[in-house]
Amino acid sequence: MSYLSDVAALARKDLRLELRARDTLPAMLLFVISTLVVFHFTLPQGGSRLAAFGLLWVALVFTALLGLTRAFAAEREGEVLDGLVLAPSDRSAIWLGKAIAMLVFLVAAEAVALPAFALFFDPGIDGRTLLGVALADLGICTVGTLLAGMAAASRARELLLPLLFLPLAIPIVIGGVGTSVAGGGRYVELLVLYDAIFAIICWASFEYVVTE
Amino acid sequence: MIRARAVEKRYGDERVLRGIDLDVERGGFAVVTGANGSGKTTLLRLVVGLAQPTAGELEVGVPRGRLGFLAHEPLVYRELTALENLDLYGRLYRVPERRERIGMLLERFRLWEARRQRVGSFSRGMLQRLALCRAFLHEPDLYVLDEPFTALDAEGAELLDRELAERRERGTFLVATHAPARFESLATAQMALVR
Repeated sequence: MSYLSDVAALARKDLRLELRARDTLPAMLLFVISTLVVFHFTLPQGGSRLAAFGLLWVALVFTALLGLTRAFAAEREGEVLDGLVLAPSDRSAIWLGKAIAMLVFLVAAEAVALPAFALFFDPGIDGRTLLGVALADLGICTVGTLLAGMAAASRARELLLPLLFLPLAIPIVIGGVGTSVAGGGRYVELLVLYDAIFAIICWASFEYVVTE
Repeated sequence: MIRARAVEKRYGDERVLRGIDLDVERGGFAVVTGANGSGKTTLLRLVVGLAQPTAGELEVGVPRGRLGFLAHEPLVYRELTALENLDLYGRLYRVPERRERIGMLLERFRLWEARRQRVGSFSRGMLQRLALCRAFLHEPDLYVLDEPFTALDAEGAELLDRELAERRERGTFLVATHAPARFESLATAQMALVR
């Protein structure tokens, strides 16, 4: 129980920081809407449903990446991560709390992005698409938060995070697009498997990311 | 409580510490001095476990939850208030009677009136007082303090003098400083680092 209360305290702290500073979610919202508007004008009228969903996933992955680049900004300022690392709680709680906060930001951005996508492209968003987005969000936030933690320690963090994250996001995009356009089945299984494997890897390895 | 033998620390090709031997007994008060760049902060980071020695042996006889570390930076969130920052650390360190302890420390370090202010609006001296509250909150067994008097005004320095004298009875101290005279009455050992 104490582990979960640590996670809750850390996630609540991140949400409170965002409510005060408002420097991540507004940027994500602006980015995803702008991207969808640009795609709306670049995709030919009557373009395929497949292409439209492909563009949606491009927008979602890069929106998530934008949020992830800010994930450890508050900890970098004033070296607060050192303080968290020294606390007696399990260090993976830092990762899990941060991943939960990132998930909230991403879901909030998607709550605006998906209706906008439906409005611009009319592709017919169904339950399978929403399931794909939900499963992809879990994968993006678990892997992305770990990588953001790794990148935070580097001087070239803005460069490093996309280089690490985008290759690892390829299965998420494949699973997400597949779930949206080709039905659930093996694509849902792919996303579930990806989420489960990477959640365990990230949970077990975060300690080594934040310690020397 | 702390035992170091031939400890060395390198960052790439640069050797920051070499051949460090250090013994601090339980209840001891060790003062580390040295010029800028001599490795005082690095030694403290090794002791608290934020860095690992490149060579040599280092044993610290307390779990990390019983360490109280005062760093150069206050290790607090600028967008949170003093109360929120201490509450977060109090939860993570499982401080019993957390709210009472936080209130008492804020009172003692004359931050009670500013408890609901965002830390980003604090002066450097107030930040240092808050950092001291954070480091002392869980009543650590081992205090590792890097320049604890930095930025404190006369009143703050007096407060800290009193705190150190009181805590000296029940804790072990490793303090890095440029002003060892300040700790003359407390210190049991002194070590000078050279570049």
